[in-house]
Amino acid sequence: MDRVAVEAKIASLIEPFNKKNVALSDATTFADDLEFDSLTVMDFVAAIEDEFDIIISMNAQAEIENYGQLVDAVVKLQN
Amino acid sequence: MTDLFSKFDPLIATRENLLSTGVTDPFSLVMERVLSPTEAICNGRETILLGTYNYMGMTFDPDVIEAGKQALDDFGAGTTGSRVLNGTYAGHRAVEEALKEFYGMDHAMVFSTGYQANLGIISTMAGKGDYIVLDIDSHASIWDGCKLGDAEVVPFKHNDIEAMDKRLGRIPEDAGKLVILEGVYSMLGDIAPLKEMIAVAKKHGAMVLVDEAHSMGFMGPNGRGVAEDQGCLEDVDFVIGTFSKSVGTVGGFCVSNHPKFEILRLVCRPYVFTASLPPSVVATAATSIRKLMHGNNKRAHLWGNSKALHKALKAMGFQLGTETPQSAIIAVIMPDLELGAMMWEALLQEGLYVNLARPPATPANMTLLRCSLCAEHTAEQVQTIIGMFERAGTAIGIIG
Repeated sequence: MDRVAVEAKIASLIEPFNKKNVALSDATTFADDLEFDSLTVMDFVAAIEDEFDIIISMNAQAEIENYGQLVDAVVKLQN
Repeated sequence: MTDLFSKFDPLIATRENLLSTGVTDPFSLVMERVLSPTEAICNGRETILLGTYNYMGMTFDPDVIEAGKQALDDFGAGTTGSRVLNGTYAGHRAVEEALKEFYGMDHAMVFSTGYQANLGIISTMAGKGDYIVLDIDSHASIWDGCKLGDAEVVPFKHNDIEAMDKRLGRIPEDAGKLVILEGVYSMLGDIAPLKEMIAVAKKHGAMVLVDEAHSMGFMGPNGRGVAEDQGCLEDVDFVIGTFSKSVGTVGGFCVSNHPKFEILRLVCRPYVFTASLPPSVVATAATSIRKLMHGNNKRAHLWGNSKALHKALKAMGFQLGTETPQSAIIAVIMPDLELGAMMWEALLQEGLYVNLARPPATPANMTLLRCSLCAEHTAEQVQTIIGMFERAGTAIGIIG
């Protein structure tokens, strides 16, 4: 899957977690803009892992602060 | 200059907010005197202790106390040294022997606390390129052990066998894998389906570590924990435990049948670079562990206490952490921190101490009044406790 396809998939996966319908851009942060708490992060990460059949370890998650970084990480991890 | 303490401002505000309502600070209680495993004097008042993890009531056992006094006389107040230098006394070896017998395992390694046992074993065993797969509700000491090491850390949803299976299946086949589970999860007092989970871990070629801190002494026919109770202890590679709960003193340990286990004594930094336990502590622990092997009557009585309290609290309309009593911990779920603190204080005024647990220690941002029962609680004390909960819960408006 290329970046555009991955981004589209993640955009649909994030919907149920984006309670305030925050507009998404690569710079949208999970902690501040989307206000994800640790439980939301766990459920959201699990949804992405299951969709793409990948593991995003805590170590990798620590490097991911915004939406664009997540899309990049998933693109990289699925290869 | 940036004040390094500014990061604590939100917590300072939460705390000030709570205290401004006039409630007693739930995190600065002092036990002025301790009368027995189940009673102390707090704020000048006799108080029943229902939040101590002193499951088997060994803290005042006469044989345990005597062993400690004797060791103080014979070996002095402390070792002033590391286990690998001048800090291994006859008593340290003796308590490791007692643990090997208690669990029927080949190796035992004693740490200065349970926290350090997890910190040391996890960070040392799982290194760069290895994977740790663990339950998201794991204890802080497990998370800190992960953080101290260099392994890839992969959490899964609490007690979710399928989620664990999927994650293990995605890890490269030749990578080292360590699955970390707990027998009893201390916040809600629920147990893990260890038999099923360990079978899945083994299917993927993972080693398994089980923290039995809250089950040792109480669960299983010989008090070895939840894995023994579910008949899968022989499939557990490493059992982590503590002396600060059922054993009734302080210290931590790991027992294992791994043939190379002893090498950890040389490479495990939280074992090497700290002072060993005082002689009196290891003497009390060894005596207590040997007595726990024969604690069947106490185990049965503790189960009775747990069932009686769970049933009564549920009938009164309290929301509990588990549908059925699963351990010696009963967690009463509070609507929020403020009501939780009010209820905690009302119970204290009744003469009952429980733990107030709040995020981030609790799952799902819950505020909990956590009750841990003791084998030394009499049936009458349990009835008294039930009455206290009823009065306090009605006064605060938590039950109708």
